[in-house]
Amino acid sequence: MSIKARGLVVLAVLLAALPLLLTNAYYYDVAIRIAMNAIVVIGLNLLIGYTGQISLGHAGFLGIGAYGSAILTTQFDWPPLLALLAGCAAAGLLAFAIARPVLKLKGHYLAMATLGLGIIIAIVITNETKYTGGPDGLTVPPLTLGSLELVGDRPWYLVVAVLLLIVTWLALNLIDSPAGRALQAIHGSEVAAQVVGVQTTRVKVRIFVVSAVIASLVGSLSAHYIAFVTPGIAGFSHSIELVTMVVVGGMASVFGSIVGAVILTMLPQLLSTFEGWETMIFGAILMATMIFLPKGIVPTLAARFRKDGGKDGEK
Amino acid sequence: MKRRDLLELATVAIATMTLAATSMGAYAQSGDIKIGSVLSVTGPAAFLGEPELKTLQLYVERINAAGGVLGRKLTLVSYDDGGDANKANGFAKRLIESDNVDLIIGGTTTGATMAMVPLVEKAGMPFISLGGGVVIVEPVKKWVFKTPHTDRMAAEKIFTDMNKRGLKKVALLSETSGFGQSGRKETLAVAAKHGIEVVADETYGPKDADMTAQLTKIKGVAGVQAVLVFGLGQGPAVVTKNYAQLGIKLPMYQSHGVASDEYTKLAGNAAEGVRLPAPSLLVADSLPANDPQKPVVTAYRKAYVDRYKEDVSLFGGAALDALMIGVDAIKKAGSTDKVKVRDAIEATKGFVGTGGIVNMSATDHMGLDLSAFRMLEIKNGNWTIAQ
Amino acid sequence: MTAQFLQFLFSGITIGATYALAALGFSIIYNASGVINFAQGEFIMLGGMAAALLTAQGVPLPLAIALAVVVAVVAGLLVEKLAIEPAKNAEVVTLIIITIGASLFIRGLVQVTLGKGTHALPSFSGDKPLELLGATLLPQSLWVLGVMLVIVAALAWFFTRTLQGKAMLATSHNKLAAQLVGINTKAILLVSFGLSAALGALGGILVAPITNTSYDVGIMLGLKGFVAATLGGLGSGAGAIVGGLLLGLVEAMTAGYVSSSYKDAVPFVLILLVLFFMPRGLFGAKITERV
Repeated sequence: MSIKARGLVVLAVLLAALPLLLTNAYYYDVAIRIAMNAIVVIGLNLLIGYTGQISLGHAGFLGIGAYGSAILTTQFDWPPLLALLAGCAAAGLLAFAIARPVLKLKGHYLAMATLGLGIIIAIVITNETKYTGGPDGLTVPPLTLGSLELVGDRPWYLVVAVLLLIVTWLALNLIDSPAGRALQAIHGSEVAAQVVGVQTTRVKVRIFVVSAVIASLVGSLSAHYIAFVTPGIAGFSHSIELVTMVVVGGMASVFGSIVGAVILTMLPQLLSTFEGWETMIFGAILMATMIFLPKGIVPTLAARFRKDGGKDGEK
Repeated sequence: MKRRDLLELATVAIATMTLAATSMGAYAQSGDIKIGSVLSVTGPAAFLGEPELKTLQLYVERINAAGGVLGRKLTLVSYDDGGDANKANGFAKRLIESDNVDLIIGGTTTGATMAMVPLVEKAGMPFISLGGGVVIVEPVKKWVFKTPHTDRMAAEKIFTDMNKRGLKKVALLSETSGFGQSGRKETLAVAAKHGIEVVADETYGPKDADMTAQLTKIKGVAGVQAVLVFGLGQGPAVVTKNYAQLGIKLPMYQSHGVASDEYTKLAGNAAEGVRLPAPSLLVADSLPANDPQKPVVTAYRKAYVDRYKEDVSLFGGAALDALMIGVDAIKKAGSTDKVKVRDAIEATKGFVGTGGIVNMSATDHMGLDLSAFRMLEIKNGNWTIAQ
Repeated sequence: MTAQFLQFLFSGITIGATYALAALGFSIIYNASGVINFAQGEFIMLGGMAAALLTAQGVPLPLAIALAVVVAVVAGLLVEKLAIEPAKNAEVVTLIIITIGASLFIRGLVQVTLGKGTHALPSFSGDKPLELLGATLLPQSLWVLGVMLVIVAALAWFFTRTLQGKAMLATSHNKLAAQLVGINTKAILLVSFGLSAALGALGGILVAPITNTSYDVGIMLGLKGFVAATLGGLGSGAGAIVGGLLLGLVEAMTAGYVSSSYKDAVPFVLILLVLFFMPRGLFGAKITERV
């Protein structure tokens, strides 16, 4: 079995065995939220870690999916799956439309442009009260497929665990393909990539759209799972949380994305007993992690435990 | 990635999860009555959430010192949702499934409350909300109650006062927060019923530093006779200062969101003559001696100021009312059986709280009427009852 | 009509000057290190909060202002020493997360120690508004504008006429070359953080009498300062000023003439439009990439 397959097997075993530790619905809830975050972060990592393009507004796409599902199912009586697909399509189209001009920008200008996009989406959601329910949000009906209703912790856990496995597999496959190598070439040096014939703009746009669609999908799912949406899901702090998961877990590492999601989803739960000190402790942990593990947790640990101590410089 | 790295990854993952799982266990003694709360102690609604938490903590302590409820001590399990409704939903699940509380008080904002409603309804958990939106109790939900006055009541009280002063054309300036937008919605909905015409409809952000643009626009609207501001915290104070700076002489009405001393301190002289609906908590000293609320609000104010050295706010008062109604219901039910407690809450009659006299019923899960609000006017930086 | 327009103009310029000072802070640090310092907003907050609390304790205003600036400068130096320097040559995204962590840390610290309340600072020369052609202007706004102009002039003098200033400019153009001619780039980095913190704090103090201050004012101000800096072109001092003022003006005009609920979207729509047509901002330098 290849490394890739082994990694997937470990993940599958972990996901299958996890329910033994989940003794009540609250633990399931945390696990489901972690899995959803992990899926978004894998997509985002493809963009940030592998292709080297910063996006500080990704939560906007989550919001499009979430509110797309919420509005279409409650106000227009669409079937939930159709609304979910519509959300993905909308997010994909938006990403496609702005990708070309935005991805021409470099570094901080790109960060700013994506930041702006995310905030604009959040503001529109907050203001268009008639459809979105404004700052107080909307209730969302459960996800249905024909007459089957997806309710309850175990069914949801199954769905997101399977989805996580699929997305991980797809991402790993992508990295190892010519398309994936093209991505990484762009990260290394865009000009050099162009010189060897990589269609950099097309590749960047494609990845941007893919990560936007993944985010929208998760947004729709989380809207149905929590049964409620508020504009906060598309906000700046949520975008930063996602980027933090990418960076802390490990840029350009699919499993790192999962670890990042685990740690940063659980951290607020663990810190919840430190009344008032949470923000400070969270900031301190962020700084410490980034200073001492600048490549993120998984790549740094992986390099540390390599026989040669990672000195050959490989990833 | 090599095989060793995968093993390392697996170990890290399992270790992290086990660590988390074991550290998330409940921590109260069995036999205690557990009161769960999810409040916005940090974030945009901290202005409301902090006094709520402080009040709950203070009074749980006092109740325990006086012997507890039904001979059992109270334990408060509280979480901070940071103003995020998704987090509130998660913490509600935690309270219900993991901490096994007997009653939940919380949802500082309407958004957070509504995110928790499906969970408490499904789990059959008595829930007393501290959110202001009328949507919390309309339509009535079996397990959901609330103590603060609704935004609709605030609008109606204001409009009644405006009618008394012959003011018919009103400009509305609302905050883009949940509180402000909910207030705006109710204001627009009940305006016609009171013969009021809303001639301008502007908004401002909760953290905005300058509202002169919006006020200049309002000033220029033909025939405007009064301005109604719906917001809370620092925003309305800035609006008030801008109002004075622009020299606008029209009567200003604020919502109950500014019913705290922070507003009068920040707005200073500019707040002179401003009217707002508020519970009698702020004018405890001016209440006549035979007012049934007087002992309750005076006692609360004294206890809170003595402990925290800062003045009371009506949001803290709402938390106190929620706690007391809950505790009363447990006493009446004789146990923490959730169905009995819920029924007892619904049967609350003649309860004298800081917000007013509460009379709940199967169709009214809030129990306050317009008389619970007094119309106040700010004179010389002090709260007085408007004439 | 003109009175209304003038009113919007005044409010736009006042808030724009604050954005400009914040943007200058971003630009200076970016120039010296290539880092976007998301904690810049917190320096602004520290200035206002420290000054407000000192005056509330009875400290005379000028002393309170000086001390508040010192507090912010110390914070800036600490952030650089403890958070940025150890990170050495990390990737851009990593550095961004570090500064975000720093901003959360500072904000959390202030929240726990100084509380969540809103505080006011007394105006420097009274509250009586000045009437100008039908519009009113607070005397404090004149202070904001005046001090901003003084600061701009002082910085221009500093960067073009003093050795330290020129050293900073040299570092921003080419760090390696600057090191080769003997410039202590580490010290330059430290100074740039301290200077940005001071500028931010001054901005916060100047505006606090008008807008009040609390532990979380840094978030929005920092964000808008970043937008203004990017608008004008990262690294360009003149760009930061123009970006800030432009931002404030467009916001006020939108609130006045178009829609007050969308006025917060305006800075971001603006930046998107500008970046689409001028990928380096209004005054940003054209960069040639070394391959």
